[in-house]
Amino acid sequence: MSPCLLSLEMRSLRLGRSTILHALQLAPAACAWTAVVGPNGAGKSTMLRALAGLLPFEGTLSLQGRAWSQWQARERARAVAWLGQNEASADELSALDVVMLGRLPHQPWLAPASVEDYSAVEQAMRETQSWDWRERPLSSLSGGERQRVLLARALAVQSGVLLMDEPLAHLDPPHQSDWVQIVRRRVAAGAAVVSVLHELNIALQADTVVVMDGGRIVHQGAPQDPATHTALQQVFQQRLLILQVQGRWLALNS
Amino acid sequence: MSSFSARHRLWLLALLIGSAALLALGLAIGSTGWSPMQNDGDPVMRQILWDIRAPRSLGAWLAGALLALAGAVAQGLFRNPLADPYLLGCSAGASLGVAALLFMMGFSPAATALALRIGMTGAAFAGAVGAVLLTLLLARGVEQSLRLLLAGVVVGVVLGSGSALLTLMNPDILRAMQAFMLGSTGFVGWSAVSIMAVCLGACLLVGLGCSRSLDALSLGEATAASLGVRLALVRLALIGTLALATGAAVAQCGLIAFVGLVAPHLVRSWGPVTHQSLLLLSPLAGGMLLLSADIAARWVIAPQELPVGIITALLGGSYLLWLMHRRGSGLGGAR
Repeated sequence: MSPCLLSLEMRSLRLGRSTILHALQLAPAACAWTAVVGPNGAGKSTMLRALAGLLPFEGTLSLQGRAWSQWQARERARAVAWLGQNEASADELSALDVVMLGRLPHQPWLAPASVEDYSAVEQAMRETQSWDWRERPLSSLSGGERQRVLLARALAVQSGVLLMDEPLAHLDPPHQSDWVQIVRRRVAAGAAVVSVLHELNIALQADTVVVMDGGRIVHQGAPQDPATHTALQQVFQQRLLILQVQGRWLALNS
Repeated sequence: MSSFSARHRLWLLALLIGSAALLALGLAIGSTGWSPMQNDGDPVMRQILWDIRAPRSLGAWLAGALLALAGAVAQGLFRNPLADPYLLGCSAGASLGVAALLFMMGFSPAATALALRIGMTGAAFAGAVGAVLLTLLLARGVEQSLRLLLAGVVVGVVLGSGSALLTLMNPDILRAMQAFMLGSTGFVGWSAVSIMAVCLGACLLVGLGCSRSLDALSLGEATAASLGVRLALVRLALIGTLALATGAAVAQCGLIAFVGLVAPHLVRSWGPVTHQSLLLLSPLAGGMLLLSADIAARWVIAPQELPVGIITALLGGSYLLWLMHRRGSGLGGAR
């Protein structure tokens, strides 16, 4: 097993008076794609935010063996990229400007974008097939087009850890497949990718599936592992039909 | 960011030329309407030009630029297209400062002497900055945008009622208060011009330094934080900028309406724009707006003069209405 890049050991996470997450541990490995699944309100997004250091909690978070708080903000931002869901969208910026923001942690303060920045941005935008509308303002793009620009923004960071919350929102099936290809390429290059997914069929193509319910991690395991299927059935109230088609695992609504 | 693109350079040039042309026009418009300088060396005429029209025109431009910069910063910081420079209670604080000063004047000779030392501009500036500090205190820091906005509203209402009360208790100050609330560029001298110029320079530097963070912030606070933006620091710097720019403009020219709200929208209506360009172009546009309003105020019913605030409100209001109709769901309706 490859060394873990991120390691989360949580005792609890509270928002206001309610406890959203209970004791849990997650250490996404390098060279692996981890998919987090579970019913609505299971705490998936909250856990991902905690993993990205965006929420305070009781417990420890370390990156490459060093405590999260001992990293400089910019240095950390080069190592961990984040793609949120339903965040504000920069309507006035052009798509290229948005993707260029992914290079922010790499640029010295006030320095203009370098040649590497431009090539990273172009590569990321070509990868998500959003290069053609780089001049258009984000407000003029459709939901799926916008999502691809935001994905390119996260890719342009070129970080070793990629955390994505509902990255497939608004994407049509061909672009969902493209997303899987992109993730596989990043993983092959050594990255740790963690994604919260509602699309179980995509999640079952990951290297590890993390099943959550009620603020706890119920199970972590490979998608072909029968125990994973049992955990999925359990958290989704036995209302799934899990079958293997052409060597791939599918979870259908029963 | 990626580019201060060729398009933006063109706009920058156009706005600079436009500003220079308006400044020249401002020198040629006096209290009797069109009266350009004759080429004989009449010392009275020269004095009018140099001591009245020049600082007034330049001051109007600077105040407009400061308000527009503050508006652009506020809209970026709070990610709200309807944010304006008076958002955090600046205007109510400045009014209360002026009302308290005028109220004190009639109180006792010692108070009058103190009031004269502070002056209208000092009182307005202290009031504006004090109001922002009070807002920060009520919001318990800069962590939450919504709390800041709400605290700003509360401070605005409470301080506004305070100045209304002072005005009611001493109706003699009513006229002076009214003039301050409408805004005027008529009393700007060289010292005011230099103060505003220094403030504009400082605010521009801080604003431009934070411009990429503002771009990142427009993708949401979580994304900005994940990109290494130190949110608390940036917010504090930008709120300081907002308070300084607004306070400086309001202290010299009173509560001029709409320039700070409209100028950034004007720049945005020209196409996609990063905050770097927005923070550079908005002040130029705002300066041109207020200077044209000032020229109109002098010219329209010369030798009488209209309060410039009325003209900016008319111009700004109708422009926003036009923009609203033209863009349909625009003005950030999709946010």
